[in-house]
Amino acid sequence: MKSSVITFPGSNCDRDMHVALKKFGFNNKMVWHNDNELPKSDLVVLPGGFSYGDYLRCGSMASKSKIMQSVINFAKSGGLVMGICNGFQILVESGLVPGVLLRNKYLEFICKNVFVKIKNKNNPYFKNLDKDIFEFHIAHNEGNYFCTGDQLKEIEDNNQVAIYYCNDNGKTDETFNPNGSLKNIAGIFNKEKNVLGMMPHPERMIDKSLSGEDGSLFFKNLINNIK
Amino acid sequence: MEVNEKVAIDHGLKKDEYKKICTLLKRIPNLTELGIFSAMWNEHCSYKSSRLHLKKLPTTGKKVIQGPGENAGVIDIEDGDAIVFKIESHNHPSFIEPYQGAATGVGGIMRDVFTMGARPIANLNSIHFGSPQNKRTKNLLRGVVHGIGGYGNCMGVPTIAGQTSFDSSYNGNILVNAMTLGLVKKNKIFYSKAAGLNKPVIYVGSKTGRDGIHGASMASASFDEKIEEKKPTVQVGDPFTEKLLLEACLELMAGDSIIAIQDMGAAGLTSSSIEMASKGNLGIELNLNKVPCRETKMSPYEIMLSESQERMLIVLENGKEELAKKIFDKWNLDFAVIGKTTKTKNIELFFDNEQVAKIPVNTLVENSPMYDRKWKKSKLPKKIKFEKEVFSNLKIKDILQKVLSNQNICSKEWIWQQYDHTVMGDTIQKPGGDSGVVRVHGTEKAVAATVDSSAVYCWAHPLTGGKQVVAESWRNLISVGATPIAITNCLNFGSPEKEDNMGEFVECVKGIGEASKYLEFPVVSGNVSFYNQTKEVGIKPTPSIGGVGLIKNYKKMITMDFKEINNLVLIIGKTEGHIDQSLFARTILDEKNGPPPEINLFNEKNNGQSLLSLIERDYIKSAHDISLGGLITAVSKMCIKGNKGIKIKRFKSLISEIEYLFSEDQGRYIIEIDPKNLKEVTKILNKNSVHHEELGIIIEKEMIINEKTKVTIDELKSYNTNWLTNFMSS
Repeated sequence: MKSSVITFPGSNCDRDMHVALKKFGFNNKMVWHNDNELPKSDLVVLPGGFSYGDYLRCGSMASKSKIMQSVINFAKSGGLVMGICNGFQILVESGLVPGVLLRNKYLEFICKNVFVKIKNKNNPYFKNLDKDIFEFHIAHNEGNYFCTGDQLKEIEDNNQVAIYYCNDNGKTDETFNPNGSLKNIAGIFNKEKNVLGMMPHPERMIDKSLSGEDGSLFFKNLINNIK
Repeated sequence: MEVNEKVAIDHGLKKDEYKKICTLLKRIPNLTELGIFSAMWNEHCSYKSSRLHLKKLPTTGKKVIQGPGENAGVIDIEDGDAIVFKIESHNHPSFIEPYQGAATGVGGIMRDVFTMGARPIANLNSIHFGSPQNKRTKNLLRGVVHGIGGYGNCMGVPTIAGQTSFDSSYNGNILVNAMTLGLVKKNKIFYSKAAGLNKPVIYVGSKTGRDGIHGASMASASFDEKIEEKKPTVQVGDPFTEKLLLEACLELMAGDSIIAIQDMGAAGLTSSSIEMASKGNLGIELNLNKVPCRETKMSPYEIMLSESQERMLIVLENGKEELAKKIFDKWNLDFAVIGKTTKTKNIELFFDNEQVAKIPVNTLVENSPMYDRKWKKSKLPKKIKFEKEVFSNLKIKDILQKVLSNQNICSKEWIWQQYDHTVMGDTIQKPGGDSGVVRVHGTEKAVAATVDSSAVYCWAHPLTGGKQVVAESWRNLISVGATPIAITNCLNFGSPEKEDNMGEFVECVKGIGEASKYLEFPVVSGNVSFYNQTKEVGIKPTPSIGGVGLIKNYKKMITMDFKEINNLVLIIGKTEGHIDQSLFARTILDEKNGPPPEINLFNEKNNGQSLLSLIERDYIKSAHDISLGGLITAVSKMCIKGNKGIKIKRFKSLISEIEYLFSEDQGRYIIEIDPKNLKEVTKILNKNSVHHEELGIIIEKEMIINEKTKVTIDELKSYNTNWLTNFMSS
């Protein structure tokens, strides 16, 4: 299985993502933001970091990078595109997934483990996972998901919410919302479910010596689903 | 402007120093030259008050590849790998403008490390604030934490450990010390020594602006009520540019184009060009019209003294300009050939086709002033006679609550949750442990790092305090299973022109030297920050020690959380009951006098090495060193982290219960072992003549002391975790 990780100026989780994809069997290529064409890929990942220093708005300048036209075309033709953290912000800015990501509610960067609940497994990312609650890691300053009432209705009607912040029992109330996200939303899909944007970093949870191993379950399952 | 003695004094030079400049040049310097002298001869760059004493520190060892004198120290971690590391202060700027001051401190130290060819793999920091009651404390703390996070997070380098303290002596002068570790191949280390004639001198990175002019001079002066006016001397950081600069430099370093490289830190283009020339025993010629400037009409004086961030100076091999330029273009960074190396041994500056400065390099470096300042020796304070009745009226549980929630002991999670501590995917021990630990990417090895200071002990008796900080650093590394290798020091003191402050400096350095020599834990880099005072009030002497150690197999790393019910808990090291200068004496009894606990270097080394050998044999389930707050504080933290309790035996000791639990005798650790290994462990400790005793047994969620005092783990947690969050949200 072939994957591509895009490196924007200021990306800093690109290597971590590369390590994770390789570990679970992807043949991964690093792709420079200024390239015109994506290599042939089964999965494209926009990694975390601070593309263009988060200047102007997080993700906004990266969404106008040369490579993004190719990424958008790939997504529109049904290709799998996953944006993690800053990658999620880039997806939002490029219009591939709806909504915006605001500054965290308490105006502070948050780096910690959180639990997330998977709502809908009828998609290539979560299909066949045998549990619903995962422990993932977040590290962001602008992860406060927001959208209009109309958008929210559409998102919910189309089952586009990918994951919600929750506690270890799957309870999704405000107490377990780390950043003020609307309805505890931690990640969403596009309508077709081939594009996934999420704040948590599964690539930081791929080894029991690290923050945990739920990321391993996610990647193992992902490659099996793509095969 | 005409240069005279008054202008020189306004530049922070002393009358004698100005005279010396005129003698060395055999003429009166022009303003640009005077600016250069003042930048090179200030305390921050010249170490004029400290050099004499720093020379006495042990700086060599089997594992030392590079000691002090370069951008950072370098140690060998085997298999062709090396760790580059250093700590540096950014105290003055952080007090004036906490966000930018702290951010650029972090940026500066990371540059020092990647200048040597190393990719930064971990950041640490030691930050000290005034009393919580002081009205500026909260904003300074918030600003500093946001600044450290803002820069380090954006760079994608994990912040893995740190230390935060509050003490009224920092009310008018906070401390912000930043440390970085980088990983490099031993045969790909870059140095700042220029070599060869007519080699192109290259400027890369950000453009030069008017920010930070005379920043290093500001850092070499005391504060008064007009500090707000000094805001323009604080640099403004841009971590995004630094991230690009890091990647571009490492890309260029992969080849063989670079002869020498030096970051533009304190005193900017001045010190970087002069240091490269001085080390190479060469001259350097710069055309200042070629320097990329952010603002119009910048004068040679401003260009030379700007401390704009994220800039590097490189001496390249001839003919490599095009190749190098291509890399910096790719990363959208400025690149300019601004000069060349010469045989004149002068620094010569040209602007608008005119020579605007010509100074022999040696006058700026070798001939810079060095002072043997007067200093006062401090006496060991007399031991306090504590009345035993006072102790008997105190309830253990009440004291424990006060101690665990004390601002200098409580959990600092509010701070480190704002630092990305997991990026790079190799952090295997997060902040909150004895040391932070990161794996050496793609190997079985891991590097442990800790930063420590004990201003109270140093203030009570500088010689003992200096030794104690080194010993504590050593213990913190051993507690996670790392073999200590070397240290970096950041020496924060008051004015060297005052005999008391200078005495504190001299004796702390002596203590650091003695301990590091005995423990074979040499000093490989560091920095001195004097004049940490506002008006006449100096800070408590605060040397921060950054220690680095190696874990050969990261799977053998130890953490402090209690692991399993029914395991045995032992104390290594003897509990004598030294209460003077303990947190207990200072906060519960309000007794601020007395000597700090004595450091027995033999025991430190023996106890530490014995524990390492137990770890090597897989006998240790958890370990934690005993420091501030004494034995019971250490045990409480192990209970909190492991969510388990302990039944502490009735102890056989001549000292009182309070002395036993809260004294701060040194050289001690708490360890957890499987009961089936007790015999073996005891045998090894006895063989090494290590004092040890059984403390108790791990149980479910309660701490029981002497069958009388009972505290649940939830209570311990609430004592320990709430103070900082409540303080910051109040």
